[in-house]
Amino acid sequence: MALAVVIFVLVVATIVFHFASPWWFTDLAADWSTIDLTINITFWVTGFVFIAVNLFMAYCVWKFRQHEGHKAVYEPENAKLEVGLSIFTTIGVILMLAPGLFVWAQFVTPPENAAEFEVLGQQWQWQYRYPGADGQLGTVDTTFVSQSNPFGINPEDPNGQDDVVVNDPVMHLPLNQPVKALLRSNDVLHNYTVAQFRVKMDLVPGLVSYLWFDPTEAGTYDILCEELCGIGHFMMRGSVVVEPQVEFDSWLAAQPTFAETQNMAAPSVAAGQAQYAACAACHGTQGEGNQALNAPKLAGQQAWYIERQLNYFKQGARGGEGDTNGQQMTAFANMLTTDDAVRNMAAYIASLPDNPAEPTISGDIDNGYDIYDRNCAACHLDDGAGTWYTDAPKLAGMSDWYFVTQISNFRAGIRGLHPEDDYGEQMVWMATAMADLEEIEDVAAYINTLR
Amino acid sequence: MSLFKNVTTKPWERKGVIGGMRPEGAFDTEAERVALSFFLIIASVVFSLFTVSYYIRMELPDWQPLSEPAQLWFNTGLLVASSILFQWARNIVARGEQRNLYTALIGAGVFAILFIVGQLVTWQSLQSAGYYMTSNPANAFYYLMTGLHAVHLLGGLWVWSKSAIRLISGAEAKDIKLSIELCALYWHFLLLVWLVLFALLSNT
Amino acid sequence: MAYVPLADRDHEMEMHHPHTWIGKYVWSQDHKVIAIQYGSIAIFTGVVGLVLSLMFRMQLGFPDTVDFVDPNFYYQAITMHGMIMVVYFLTALFLGGFGNYLVPLMCGARDMVFPFMNMLSVWVFLLSVIILMASFFVGGGPTGAGWTLYPPQTAMEGTPGHDMGIILMLVSLAVFIVAFTMGGLNYVVTILQYRCRGLTMMRLPLSIWGIFVATVLGLFAFPALLVAAIMMLFDTLLGTSFFMPAVIEAGTALDHNGGSPILFQHLFWFFGHPEVYIVALPAFGLVSDVLSVHARKNIFGYRMMVWAIIAIGGLSFIVWAHHMYVSGMNPYFGFFFATTTLIIAVPTALKVYNWVLTLWEGDIRMNVPMYFAIGFIFTFIHGGLTGLFLGNVVIDLPLSDTYFVIAHFHMVMGVSPILVLYAAIYHWYPKMSGRMFHEGMAKVHFWLTFLGAYAIYLPMHYLGFLGVPRRYYALGTTDFIPASAQDLNATITIAALIVGISQLLFFINIIWSLKYGKKADPNPWGAASLEWQTPDTPPAHGNWGDSLPTVYRWAYDYSVPGAHEDFIPQNTPESEEPTVSDEHFDPDHDKSLADV
Repeated sequence: MALAVVIFVLVVATIVFHFASPWWFTDLAADWSTIDLTINITFWVTGFVFIAVNLFMAYCVWKFRQHEGHKAVYEPENAKLEVGLSIFTTIGVILMLAPGLFVWAQFVTPPENAAEFEVLGQQWQWQYRYPGADGQLGTVDTTFVSQSNPFGINPEDPNGQDDVVVNDPVMHLPLNQPVKALLRSNDVLHNYTVAQFRVKMDLVPGLVSYLWFDPTEAGTYDILCEELCGIGHFMMRGSVVVEPQVEFDSWLAAQPTFAETQNMAAPSVAAGQAQYAACAACHGTQGEGNQALNAPKLAGQQAWYIERQLNYFKQGARGGEGDTNGQQMTAFANMLTTDDAVRNMAAYIASLPDNPAEPTISGDIDNGYDIYDRNCAACHLDDGAGTWYTDAPKLAGMSDWYFVTQISNFRAGIRGLHPEDDYGEQMVWMATAMADLEEIEDVAAYINTLR
Repeated sequence: MSLFKNVTTKPWERKGVIGGMRPEGAFDTEAERVALSFFLIIASVVFSLFTVSYYIRMELPDWQPLSEPAQLWFNTGLLVASSILFQWARNIVARGEQRNLYTALIGAGVFAILFIVGQLVTWQSLQSAGYYMTSNPANAFYYLMTGLHAVHLLGGLWVWSKSAIRLISGAEAKDIKLSIELCALYWHFLLLVWLVLFALLSNT
Repeated sequence: MAYVPLADRDHEMEMHHPHTWIGKYVWSQDHKVIAIQYGSIAIFTGVVGLVLSLMFRMQLGFPDTVDFVDPNFYYQAITMHGMIMVVYFLTALFLGGFGNYLVPLMCGARDMVFPFMNMLSVWVFLLSVIILMASFFVGGGPTGAGWTLYPPQTAMEGTPGHDMGIILMLVSLAVFIVAFTMGGLNYVVTILQYRCRGLTMMRLPLSIWGIFVATVLGLFAFPALLVAAIMMLFDTLLGTSFFMPAVIEAGTALDHNGGSPILFQHLFWFFGHPEVYIVALPAFGLVSDVLSVHARKNIFGYRMMVWAIIAIGGLSFIVWAHHMYVSGMNPYFGFFFATTTLIIAVPTALKVYNWVLTLWEGDIRMNVPMYFAIGFIFTFIHGGLTGLFLGNVVIDLPLSDTYFVIAHFHMVMGVSPILVLYAAIYHWYPKMSGRMFHEGMAKVHFWLTFLGAYAIYLPMHYLGFLGVPRRYYALGTTDFIPASAQDLNATITIAALIVGISQLLFFINIIWSLKYGKKADPNPWGAASLEWQTPDTPPAHGNWGDSLPTVYRWAYDYSVPGAHEDFIPQNTPESEEPTVSDEHFDPDHDKSLADV
């Protein structure tokens, strides 16, 4: 009896929840209204069955509950009824399946005029490649992958020279132009998902998968990885900017081609040295750092990381509210006016002799190891050397007190949440592996053993 | 009663005892044989899935076919001999005789052991010729599938050894009849699997 | 050859009667003891799985509040939760537990056909669980590759437990498969060969049909997992490239080349999809019997129910790639697999209709098992219908890998089978223990579990519609996910905690009643099937006393017109049955239903 009422109430509650729920599909930004239509059809069909069968069941439970003098009716089967119900179900299934297959046929056959671009996934970031003027992407192979050629483009392939490479999680697409995304992975499975476009597909190492869509709404949308790809999966983020063709073209023109990235002049260590004078006051003449001035050790840090952080300071992605030391740094970073100046500086710092910093922090090394080994080593490597591949700076032999302040900043959301800091949010969340200052110091103490 | 007819009857209309002492639909044989038949189907599924994987993996560009050594023909001969001897043993116990049973049964096992030794020798000669497991998926499949086959045969030899020990310690033919019959069936199955594997490996 | 009554091994039984405590309860070959052992181990692992889920639910609902749930542990916890629940809990409990307990009893046999192998099965199963649990204590911890274990990430640096954890997982699965095969052969052969006199296949209760077909599915599907596990072990330990393509690990190219990750997925799901039905079919069977007994009515459309079980079992082998619509496999496969997947909805829907029609014009006793059974129908309808979204290939595009998937499969193969498990445990508890459980406690347990589970999973579907991805340690800042999604997550976590803790009621009830429960009547529900007709309660070793039962009718003679009682046990001969002269009896009783 109570159960009959509860089932009735649950059915009503489900309907109410459905219509009252603020959680629903994001507004569509691509020409896939057919998918939404198929969903709606399925909703009506299944919704009808859900309500009808459950209400009928609730009725039965109520009506045929045990009472005196009542006896169940003996009826082994009713073939007619069952066949009827099967036919009825089959019709419902066809009603849902037919539009589904029809739309799927559209999905598997991209239109002739679809513009191609490539999405490359790797742990745990997105990169993109657009065919250059020749409209063809160069061939690739993992053996070519390096820091200067993250796509692994075959340097001998003429088609690859004019490929536009976007070594940044933000991509752009032209409005109202059907596009076909060619999906590739350098390491594990990933999945390219933009909720507003409705479609998604896995990136599989060793092969090229695809999907297509026609962006119909200008805007900026999140790209999420939706295939478990390791510990950083949840923070593998990118974004796609859909904009009118003209704006897209000018953005694309501003991106380097593969040939340009390969033929870039080597940075000048001498020029970097000249500019370093301003840094030496705090960071020391050999980049050894100075805790009294809150200046971390720089020597030994990887050049790409120095370069990126200097740019962040210039853009205001670091040194924001709450980061008083960082704010001091902003003024100095702004002294490096050009990209070349930043690169020269990074190159000079990379040339400085790397002597491990003096440990200043002590803590529970075993606990530190435990946390580091489980969470940090995936990117910063077992020896704390860091690698460009996972965007992880060197930790071993660097200033341990600086590690503690930066992790504390990540924990407090002072660092890493700026929208321009593309890789910072990963650390905001990975830093939660250290529950409190004590654990941060434990990890610092462990890293101190890695010199 | 056919299976189809069986599942279309209306059980509520059929009252009373149906069938004799044996329940309707049961196979007219020992439970052990039914179980072994099921097991053979399962083993076939395992080998088939490996074969399917083999074909799929073969399509990928890095595949380099392995040229199987001629020694495999010799090994095949050993396994055929083993199977024939087992059949002989089976026929002997089926007639309820004892004569030559010892020769047939022990011979079957010895040839099977020789087959496994032969397989190991083949492995070694392949290894020394530089066909390592990691150098190509074709090699890896070769080692994997022949190894798996040998493991199945070893499982059979364990049962065989129990029968053989019973025979040596003076068991009557009828005591080990079922065991020998089932072993013979299993041996023929493994011979068949081997022939299929051999054909697969040498034709690709 | 003269026929020996197969199911009767009186003289052998005598030999095996255990005489020591260890022989009786530890190294026992009695299917009932083995069933309890299987069930206890499965429930123990299930509790581990449940606790793991509550821990990562804490992280999802209240990020960064539980100290030890770091990203690494989060991924390990979801992986272990998934594998434990699907394989080591549900499969083992339904087939190892209920299969073992019910098959010989419902077939009127003294025991399984190979009692020694049966005993071996449970100990090998225990070994597999020990290996699995050992991975919590090795360096690097258990694998965090997701329960699907997709290569290449399983063995790569960026995945938790990529060194020892994954190896232990694969070895444990292989050992489990050995255990399952030994048990499974027993169930199948026992059902085929050891039915008692007169017990035709079509007289079997649907529980046995469900267990039978599920076991056959398991025997044919687990080999795919075995093959995949072996090949992955080779890749991991010996450096082969079955599944491993050329990949870069933390900036360094690994020494693999050309393998196919998608091949693994095909093998995995060729096992994985039938696995859904390995869990579902026994649940279908058990719930059919519970519904029928407590509605005092035969299961409606028995033949169609049997056909549906067989059809679902067969179809389950040709739908596997619907788990891979967005895997990067040839997208043209989508047409075939979407079609087969939606076809499976027809026999499944028919089962639902027949359960509900069993209630129609019944005389429903709202006993505790009935609450769970009806609760099951509700959650199963919900979970089944959402499957139509995911199976319809194009709708899978937006919903795949979101919380919708989580909500769907928890509804359909988490909540629903578990409700059946509870229904079945409460239903057969009096026979298994000889005691009645505490009814009030059981009802509270039902309400908390049923309503709580719906409170967890209904809203979760809507997170999925929104596009919230699964397997995210934290949502972070994502423009299209409003802050309210986090509130919803917190609500779900609270519901999950309530449901999780309320399971204690079940354990308390079961253990308390073992000692203090009311002595149970041998057949408290008035059930017609054989297992309630044993001379002893709980059944003694050998089940049937001096002689095996003979079966004269099907298992569903409830409320037969003209009968004295509202049920006639299967082993009641016709002569003892009152002649059918009841004027109310109308064999063409179609009218009432035609009106529906």
